[in-house]
Amino acid sequence: MTIVSMTVNGTAASADVEDRTLLVDYIREHLRLTGTHVGCDTSQCGTCVVHVDGKAVKSCTMLAAAAEGAEVTTIEGVANGELHPMQRAFNDNHGLQCGFCTPGMIMSGIDMVNRYKAAGRELDEAAIRHELEGNICRCTGYHNIVKSIAQAASEM
Amino acid sequence: MHSLNYHKASNASEAARLLSGTEDGKFLAGGQTLIPAMKTRLAAPSDLVDVSGAADLRGIKVSGREVTIGAATTHAEVAANGELRGVCPSICDMAANIGDPAVRHRGTIGGSVANNDPAADYPAAMLALKATIKTVSREIAADEFFVGLFETALDDDELITSIGFTAPAAGAYAKFPNPASRYAMCGVFVAKGDDGVRVGVTGAGADGAFRPADFEAALDGEFSAKALDGISVKAEEMLSDIHGDGVYRANLVSVMARRAVAAAS
Repeated sequence: MTIVSMTVNGTAASADVEDRTLLVDYIREHLRLTGTHVGCDTSQCGTCVVHVDGKAVKSCTMLAAAAEGAEVTTIEGVANGELHPMQRAFNDNHGLQCGFCTPGMIMSGIDMVNRYKAAGRELDEAAIRHELEGNICRCTGYHNIVKSIAQAASEM
Repeated sequence: MHSLNYHKASNASEAARLLSGTEDGKFLAGGQTLIPAMKTRLAAPSDLVDVSGAADLRGIKVSGREVTIGAATTHAEVAANGELRGVCPSICDMAANIGDPAVRHRGTIGGSVANNDPAADYPAAMLALKATIKTVSREIAADEFFVGLFETALDDDELITSIGFTAPAAGAYAKFPNPASRYAMCGVFVAKGDDGVRVGVTGAGADGAFRPADFEAALDGEFSAKALDGISVKAEEMLSDIHGDGVYRANLVSVMARRAVAAAS
Protein backbone atom coordinates (compact mmCIF):
# COMPACT_ATOMS: atom_id res chain seq x y z
CA MET A 1 0.00 0.00 0.00
CA THR A 2 1.16 3.52 -0.78
CA ILE A 3 -0.31 6.89 0.07
CA VAL A 4 -0.87 8.55 -3.30
CA SER A 5 -1.50 12.30 -3.36
CA MET A 6 -2.43 14.51 -6.27
CA THR A 7 -4.56 17.54 -7.06
CA VAL A 8 -7.88 16.56 -8.61
CA ASN A 9 -10.07 19.31 -10.04
CA GLY A 10 -8.15 21.87 -8.01
CA THR A 11 -8.57 20.06 -4.70
CA ALA A 12 -5.86 18.12 -2.88
CA ALA A 13 -6.64 14.40 -2.82
CA SER A 14 -4.91 11.60 -0.98
CA ALA A 15 -5.65 7.91 -0.50
CA ASP A 16 -3.83 4.83 0.78
CA VAL A 17 -4.08 2.43 -2.15
CA GLU A 18 -2.53 -0.78 -3.43
CA ASP A 19 0.42 -0.12 -5.75
CA ARG A 20 -1.41 -1.81 -8.62
CA THR A 21 -4.35 0.62 -8.43
CA LEU A 22 -5.16 2.18 -11.77
CA LEU A 23 -5.71 5.92 -11.94
CA VAL A 24 -9.32 5.37 -13.06
CA ASP A 25 -10.01 3.21 -10.00
CA TYR A 26 -8.39 5.77 -7.74
CA ILE A 27 -10.67 8.44 -9.23
CA ARG A 28 -13.87 6.37 -9.18
CA GLU A 29 -13.53 4.11 -6.16
CA HIS A 30 -11.45 6.20 -3.78
CA LEU A 31 -12.50 9.73 -4.68
CA ARG A 32 -16.01 8.67 -5.76
CA LEU A 33 -15.81 10.79 -8.90
CA THR A 34 -17.77 8.46 -11.15
CA GLY A 35 -18.08 10.71 -14.19
CA THR A 36 -14.92 9.10 -15.59
CA HIS A 37 -16.06 5.77 -16.99
CA VAL A 38 -14.51 2.37 -17.59
CA GLY A 39 -15.62 1.08 -20.96
CA CYS A 40 -13.28 -1.46 -22.53
CA ASP A 41 -10.53 -1.46 -19.88
CA THR A 42 -8.10 -2.25 -22.72
CA SER A 43 -6.97 1.27 -23.74
CA GLN A 44 -9.18 1.31 -26.84
CA CYS A 45 -12.42 3.13 -26.12
CA GLY A 46 -11.36 6.39 -24.45
CA THR A 47 -14.27 6.79 -22.07
CA CYS A 48 -11.75 6.93 -19.18
CA VAL A 49 -9.84 9.93 -20.60
CA VAL A 50 -8.80 12.51 -18.01
CA HIS A 51 -6.17 15.25 -18.14
CA VAL A 52 -2.92 14.70 -16.24
CA ASP A 53 -0.81 17.85 -16.07
CA GLY A 54 -2.89 19.24 -18.92
CA LYS A 55 -2.60 16.24 -21.26
CA ALA A 56 -5.31 13.75 -22.18
CA VAL A 57 -4.47 10.24 -20.98
CA LYS A 58 -6.36 6.99 -20.66
CA SER A 59 -6.76 6.62 -16.90
CA CYS A 60 -7.33 2.87 -17.26
CA THR A 61 -3.77 2.59 -18.60
CA MET A 62 -1.89 4.53 -15.97
CA LEU A 63 -1.16 3.62 -12.37
CA ALA A 64 -2.44 6.01 -9.73
CA ALA A 65 1.04 5.98 -8.18
CA ALA A 66 2.46 7.31 -11.46
CA ALA A 67 0.22 10.39 -11.06
CA GLU A 68 1.70 11.22 -7.64
CA GLY A 69 1.94 15.01 -7.38
CA ALA A 70 0.12 15.59 -10.68
CA GLU A 71 -2.68 18.01 -11.52
CA VAL A 72 -5.59 15.87 -12.66
CA THR A 73 -8.78 17.16 -14.26
CA THR A 74 -11.82 14.93 -14.68
CA ILE A 75 -15.17 15.63 -16.33
CA GLU A 76 -16.43 16.90 -12.96
CA GLY A 77 -13.78 19.63 -13.05
CA VAL A 78 -14.33 21.24 -16.44
CA ALA A 79 -17.43 23.34 -15.67
CA ASN A 80 -16.68 26.60 -13.92
CA GLY A 81 -19.99 27.84 -12.51
CA GLU A 82 -21.51 27.28 -15.94
CA LEU A 83 -21.01 24.54 -18.49
CA HIS A 84 -17.68 24.45 -20.32
CA PRO A 85 -18.05 25.49 -24.01
CA MET A 86 -17.34 21.86 -24.97
CA GLN A 87 -20.17 20.61 -22.73
CA ARG A 88 -22.53 23.25 -24.05
CA ALA A 89 -21.64 22.35 -27.64
CA PHE A 90 -22.45 18.67 -27.05
CA ASN A 91 -25.81 19.82 -25.67
CA ASP A 92 -26.48 22.23 -28.57
CA ASN A 93 -25.57 19.70 -31.26
CA HIS A 94 -27.13 16.57 -29.77
CA GLY A 95 -23.60 15.18 -29.53
CA LEU A 96 -24.62 12.28 -27.33
CA GLN A 97 -27.25 9.60 -27.16
CA CYS A 98 -26.68 7.12 -24.32
CA GLY A 99 -23.95 9.36 -22.91
CA PHE A 100 -21.55 6.63 -21.80
CA CYS A 101 -18.66 7.79 -23.98
CA THR A 102 -19.40 11.50 -23.47
CA PRO A 103 -17.03 12.24 -20.54
CA GLY A 104 -14.12 10.86 -22.56
CA MET A 105 -15.28 12.62 -25.73
CA ILE A 106 -15.41 15.95 -23.90
CA MET A 107 -12.01 15.48 -22.25
CA SER A 108 -10.44 14.47 -25.58
CA GLY A 109 -12.27 17.33 -27.33
CA ILE A 110 -10.92 19.93 -24.91
CA ASP A 111 -7.42 18.45 -25.20
CA MET A 112 -7.40 18.54 -29.01
CA VAL A 113 -8.71 22.11 -29.17
CA ASN A 114 -6.08 23.24 -26.66
CA ARG A 115 -3.26 21.53 -28.57
CA TYR A 116 -4.30 22.84 -31.98
CA LYS A 117 -4.74 26.38 -30.66
CA ALA A 118 -1.33 26.28 -28.95
CA ALA A 119 0.29 25.10 -32.18
CA GLY A 120 -1.64 27.58 -34.33
CA ARG A 121 -3.10 24.74 -36.42
CA GLU A 122 -6.58 24.62 -37.86
CA LEU A 123 -8.81 21.94 -36.31
CA ASP A 124 -10.95 21.12 -39.33
CA GLU A 125 -13.39 18.24 -39.65
CA ALA A 126 -10.78 15.79 -40.94
CA ALA A 127 -8.46 16.68 -38.06
CA ILE A 128 -11.24 16.21 -35.50
CA ARG A 129 -12.06 12.78 -36.91
CA HIS A 130 -8.38 11.77 -36.86
CA GLU A 131 -7.98 13.08 -33.31
CA LEU A 132 -10.99 11.04 -32.16
CA GLU A 133 -9.26 7.80 -33.13
CA GLY A 134 -8.97 6.77 -29.47
CA ASN A 135 -12.59 7.46 -28.51
CA ILE A 136 -15.33 5.04 -29.47
CA CYS A 137 -19.05 5.89 -29.60
CA ARG A 138 -21.53 3.12 -30.32
CA CYS A 139 -24.63 5.34 -30.69
CA THR A 140 -24.14 8.50 -32.66
CA GLY A 141 -22.10 7.62 -35.73
CA TYR A 142 -19.83 10.50 -34.67
CA HIS A 143 -21.35 13.20 -36.92
CA ASN A 144 -22.82 15.26 -34.10
CA ILE A 145 -19.76 14.70 -31.90
CA VAL A 146 -17.60 16.18 -34.67
CA LYS A 147 -20.03 19.11 -35.03
CA SER A 148 -19.96 19.67 -31.27
CA ILE A 149 -16.17 19.80 -31.11
CA ALA A 150 -16.04 22.11 -34.14
CA GLN A 151 -18.49 24.49 -32.44
CA ALA A 152 -16.55 24.45 -29.17
CA ALA A 153 -13.29 25.02 -31.04
CA SER A 154 -14.73 28.26 -32.42
CA GLU A 155 -15.77 29.38 -28.92
CA MET A 156 -12.82 28.31 -26.78
CA MET B 1 -3.60 -7.36 -12.44
CA HIS B 2 -1.51 -9.14 -9.81
CA SER B 3 -0.13 -7.31 -6.79
CA LEU B 4 3.11 -5.47 -7.29
CA ASN B 5 5.46 -3.00 -5.67
CA TYR B 6 5.80 0.37 -7.40
CA HIS B 7 9.01 2.40 -7.34
CA LYS B 8 9.67 5.76 -8.96
CA ALA B 9 13.16 6.51 -10.29
CA SER B 10 14.39 10.07 -10.72
CA ASN B 11 17.31 9.08 -12.97
CA ALA B 12 18.71 6.13 -14.93
CA SER B 13 21.23 4.94 -12.35
CA GLU B 14 18.62 5.02 -9.60
CA ALA B 15 16.31 3.01 -11.84
CA ALA B 16 18.97 0.33 -12.38
CA ARG B 17 19.69 0.20 -8.65
CA LEU B 18 16.00 -0.07 -7.73
CA LEU B 19 15.41 -2.87 -10.24
CA SER B 20 18.44 -4.86 -9.05
CA GLY B 21 16.84 -5.16 -5.62
CA THR B 22 13.64 -6.75 -6.91
CA GLU B 23 12.63 -10.36 -7.35
CA ASP B 24 11.17 -10.13 -10.87
CA GLY B 25 10.92 -6.42 -11.57
CA LYS B 26 10.38 -4.61 -14.84
CA PHE B 27 10.96 -1.07 -15.97
CA LEU B 28 7.75 0.90 -16.57
CA ALA B 29 7.92 3.76 -19.08
CA GLY B 30 4.61 4.99 -20.53
CA GLY B 31 2.98 1.66 -19.78
CA GLN B 32 0.80 1.71 -22.89
CA THR B 33 1.74 -1.88 -23.70
CA LEU B 34 2.94 -3.19 -20.33
CA ILE B 35 -0.13 -2.19 -18.30
CA PRO B 36 -2.61 -3.83 -20.73
CA ALA B 37 -0.37 -6.94 -20.72
CA MET B 38 -0.42 -6.95 -16.91
CA LYS B 39 -4.21 -6.61 -16.81
CA THR B 40 -4.56 -9.78 -18.85
CA ARG B 41 -1.82 -11.35 -16.69
CA LEU B 42 0.34 -12.01 -19.73
CA ALA B 43 2.92 -10.14 -17.66
CA ALA B 44 3.07 -10.26 -13.88
CA PRO B 45 6.19 -8.52 -12.62
CA SER B 46 6.77 -8.44 -8.86
CA ASP B 47 7.86 -4.81 -9.05
CA LEU B 48 7.64 -1.88 -11.44
CA VAL B 49 10.37 0.74 -11.58
CA ASP B 50 8.82 3.81 -13.18
CA VAL B 51 11.35 5.60 -15.40
CA SER B 52 8.86 7.97 -17.04
CA GLY B 53 9.95 10.81 -14.75
CA ALA B 54 13.70 10.17 -14.98
CA ALA B 55 15.10 13.55 -16.01
CA ASP B 56 18.17 12.15 -17.78
CA LEU B 57 16.00 9.91 -19.99
CA ARG B 58 13.86 12.70 -21.38
CA GLY B 59 14.21 15.24 -24.15
CA ILE B 60 15.34 15.66 -27.73
CA LYS B 61 18.72 17.09 -28.77
CA VAL B 62 19.49 18.14 -32.32
CA SER B 63 23.05 19.17 -33.19
CA GLY B 64 23.50 19.73 -36.91
CA ARG B 65 22.11 16.51 -38.34
CA GLU B 66 22.85 14.44 -35.22
CA VAL B 67 19.72 13.57 -33.27
CA THR B 68 19.48 12.14 -29.75
CA ILE B 69 16.11 11.23 -28.28
CA GLY B 70 15.88 10.30 -24.60
CA ALA B 71 14.30 6.89 -24.04
CA ALA B 72 11.43 8.25 -21.91
CA THR B 73 10.46 10.86 -24.52
CA THR B 74 6.82 10.42 -25.49
CA HIS B 75 5.46 9.95 -29.00
CA ALA B 76 3.62 13.29 -28.65
CA GLU B 77 6.91 15.03 -27.82
CA VAL B 78 8.65 13.48 -30.84
CA ALA B 79 5.71 14.43 -33.08
CA ALA B 80 5.60 18.05 -31.91
CA ASN B 81 9.32 18.88 -31.69
CA GLY B 82 10.04 21.71 -34.13
CA GLU B 83 13.82 21.33 -34.10
CA LEU B 84 13.56 17.62 -34.88
CA ARG B 85 11.00 18.31 -37.61
CA GLY B 86 13.51 20.74 -39.12
CA VAL B 87 16.04 17.97 -39.80
CA CYS B 88 13.96 14.76 -39.83
CA PRO B 89 10.24 15.38 -40.43
CA SER B 90 9.66 11.70 -41.26
CA ILE B 91 10.12 10.50 -37.68
CA CYS B 92 7.81 13.28 -36.39
CA ASP B 93 5.11 12.26 -38.88
CA MET B 94 5.53 8.61 -37.93
CA ALA B 95 5.23 9.35 -34.20
CA ALA B 96 2.12 11.47 -34.86
CA ASN B 97 0.33 8.36 -36.13
CA ILE B 98 1.17 5.89 -33.36
CA GLY B 99 -1.91 4.77 -31.42
CA ASP B 100 -4.17 7.70 -30.55
CA PRO B 101 -3.59 11.10 -28.90
CA ALA B 102 -3.95 9.84 -25.31
CA VAL B 103 -1.61 6.91 -25.98
CA ARG B 104 0.92 9.28 -27.56
CA HIS B 105 0.91 11.41 -24.39
CA ARG B 106 2.19 8.43 -22.37
CA GLY B 107 3.90 5.97 -24.71
CA THR B 108 7.67 6.36 -25.13
CA ILE B 109 10.25 5.63 -27.81
CA GLY B 110 12.37 3.57 -25.41
CA GLY B 111 9.40 1.48 -24.34
CA SER B 112 8.36 0.82 -27.93
CA VAL B 113 11.87 -0.16 -29.01
CA ALA B 114 12.48 -2.37 -25.95
CA ASN B 115 9.15 -4.18 -26.42
CA ASN B 116 9.78 -4.80 -30.15
CA ASP B 117 6.16 -5.60 -30.95
CA PRO B 118 6.17 -6.96 -34.53
CA ALA B 119 3.50 -4.38 -35.43
CA ALA B 120 5.08 -1.39 -33.67
CA ASP B 121 6.14 1.57 -35.82
CA TYR B 122 9.44 2.57 -34.23
CA PRO B 123 11.45 -0.57 -35.09
CA ALA B 124 11.06 0.19 -38.82
CA ALA B 125 12.30 3.74 -38.25
CA MET B 126 15.26 2.57 -36.16
CA LEU B 127 16.39 0.20 -38.93
CA ALA B 128 15.94 2.71 -41.75
CA LEU B 129 17.61 5.54 -39.84
CA LYS B 130 20.56 3.29 -38.88
CA ALA B 131 19.90 4.26 -35.29
CA THR B 132 22.07 3.41 -32.31
CA ILE B 133 20.26 2.24 -29.19
CA LYS B 134 22.18 3.45 -26.15
CA THR B 135 21.76 1.65 -22.83
CA VAL B 136 23.20 2.15 -19.35
CA SER B 137 26.12 -0.09 -20.30
CA ARG B 138 26.66 -0.02 -24.10
CA GLU B 139 25.60 1.06 -27.57
CA ILE B 140 23.78 -1.36 -29.86
CA ALA B 141 23.27 -0.84 -33.61
CA ALA B 142 19.64 -1.19 -34.68
CA ASP B 143 20.69 -3.96 -37.10
CA GLU B 144 21.88 -6.03 -34.10
CA PHE B 145 19.15 -4.90 -31.72
CA PHE B 146 15.91 -6.35 -33.15
CA VAL B 147 16.31 -10.11 -32.77
CA GLY B 148 12.78 -11.48 -33.28
CA LEU B 149 9.16 -11.14 -32.20
CA PHE B 150 9.18 -9.23 -28.90
CA GLU B 151 12.87 -10.12 -28.63
CA THR B 152 15.85 -7.74 -28.57
CA ALA B 153 19.58 -7.82 -27.86
CA LEU B 154 18.95 -6.22 -24.46
CA ASP B 155 20.09 -8.20 -21.43
CA ASP B 156 17.59 -8.74 -18.64
CA ASP B 157 17.32 -5.52 -16.65
CA GLU B 158 19.32 -3.49 -19.23
CA LEU B 159 17.78 -0.03 -19.50
CA ILE B 160 17.72 1.96 -22.75
CA THR B 161 18.79 5.54 -22.11
CA SER B 162 18.55 7.14 -25.56
CA ILE B 163 18.28 6.65 -29.30
CA GLY B 164 20.76 8.33 -31.64
CA PHE B 165 20.84 8.70 -35.41
CA THR B 166 21.96 10.98 -38.22
CA ALA B 167 19.04 12.68 -39.94
CA PRO B 168 18.78 11.45 -43.54
CA ALA B 169 18.63 13.78 -46.54
CA ALA B 170 15.15 12.43 -47.27
CA GLY B 171 12.80 9.99 -45.59
CA ALA B 172 9.18 8.97 -45.16
CA TYR B 173 7.04 6.35 -43.48
CA ALA B 174 3.97 4.76 -45.03
CA LYS B 175 1.67 2.62 -42.92
CA PHE B 176 -1.30 0.42 -43.68
CA PRO B 177 -3.10 0.18 -40.34
CA ASN B 178 -5.31 -2.72 -39.38
CA PRO B 179 -8.79 -1.21 -39.72
CA ALA B 180 -9.79 -2.29 -36.20
CA SER B 181 -6.68 -2.18 -34.02
CA ARG B 182 -4.88 0.52 -36.05
CA TYR B 183 -1.62 -1.35 -35.52
CA ALA B 184 0.52 -1.62 -38.65
CA MET B 185 -0.43 -4.50 -40.94
CA CYS B 186 2.63 -3.21 -42.71
CA GLY B 187 4.67 -0.06 -42.24
CA VAL B 188 7.66 0.89 -44.37
CA PHE B 189 10.20 3.54 -43.42
CA VAL B 190 12.51 4.68 -46.21
CA ALA B 191 15.56 6.84 -45.51
CA LYS B 192 18.04 8.21 -48.04
CA GLY B 193 21.23 8.82 -46.10
CA ASP B 194 24.85 9.56 -46.90
CA ASP B 195 25.72 5.83 -47.21
CA GLY B 196 22.75 4.99 -49.38
CA VAL B 197 19.11 4.08 -49.01
CA ARG B 198 17.87 2.02 -46.07
CA VAL B 199 14.41 0.50 -45.80
CA GLY B 200 12.80 -0.70 -42.55
CA VAL B 201 9.64 -2.83 -42.59
CA THR B 202 7.37 -3.49 -39.62
CA GLY B 203 4.11 -5.37 -39.14
CA ALA B 204 4.75 -7.81 -41.97
CA GLY B 205 7.84 -9.93 -41.28
CA ALA B 206 7.44 -13.33 -39.59
CA ASP B 207 10.51 -12.53 -37.48
CA GLY B 208 9.57 -8.91 -36.78
CA ALA B 209 11.01 -5.75 -38.29
CA PHE B 210 13.48 -6.29 -41.13
CA ARG B 211 15.36 -4.63 -44.02
CA PRO B 212 14.57 -5.91 -47.53
CA ALA B 213 17.99 -5.93 -49.21
CA ASP B 214 16.62 -6.03 -52.78
CA PHE B 215 14.55 -2.92 -52.18
CA GLU B 216 17.55 -1.02 -50.83
CA ALA B 217 19.77 -2.04 -53.77
CA ALA B 218 17.13 -0.97 -56.30
CA LEU B 219 16.59 2.38 -54.57
CA ASP B 220 20.35 2.97 -54.38
CA GLY B 221 20.33 2.77 -58.18
CA GLU B 222 17.39 5.11 -58.60
CA PHE B 223 15.43 6.69 -55.75
CA SER B 224 11.97 6.45 -57.25
CA ALA B 225 8.88 4.32 -56.70
CA LYS B 226 9.34 2.98 -60.25
CA ALA B 227 12.68 1.46 -59.26
CA LEU B 228 10.75 -1.04 -57.13
CA ASP B 229 8.76 -2.44 -60.07
CA GLY B 230 8.99 -6.22 -60.16
CA ILE B 231 10.72 -6.51 -56.78
CA SER B 232 8.96 -8.13 -53.84
CA VAL B 233 9.65 -9.86 -50.55
CA LYS B 234 9.01 -13.60 -50.14
CA ALA B 235 5.46 -14.36 -49.00
CA GLU B 236 6.66 -17.34 -46.94
CA GLU B 237 8.83 -15.02 -44.85
CA MET B 238 5.85 -12.82 -43.93
CA LEU B 239 3.41 -13.07 -41.03
CA SER B 240 0.29 -14.99 -41.90
CA ASP B 241 -2.74 -14.67 -39.62
CA ILE B 242 -6.47 -13.91 -39.56
CA HIS B 243 -5.75 -10.30 -40.57
CA GLY B 244 -3.93 -11.20 -43.74
CA ASP B 245 -1.87 -14.03 -45.18
CA GLY B 246 1.74 -13.92 -46.30
CA VAL B 247 0.94 -13.16 -49.95
CA TYR B 248 -1.25 -10.23 -48.90
CA ARG B 249 1.39 -8.86 -46.57
CA ALA B 250 4.18 -9.29 -49.14
CA ASN B 251 2.15 -7.17 -51.54
CA LEU B 252 1.57 -4.58 -48.81
CA VAL B 253 5.34 -4.28 -48.32
CA SER B 254 5.77 -3.37 -52.01
CA VAL B 255 2.86 -0.93 -52.00
CA MET B 256 3.87 0.80 -48.75
CA ALA B 257 7.49 1.00 -49.91
CA ARG B 258 6.40 2.73 -53.14
CA ARG B 259 4.23 5.15 -51.19
CA ALA B 260 7.05 5.95 -48.78
CA VAL B 261 9.53 6.54 -51.61
CA ALA B 262 7.03 8.74 -53.45
CA ALA B 263 6.46 10.77 -50.28
CA ALA B 264 10.19 11.10 -49.63
CA SER B 265 11.30 12.06 -53.12
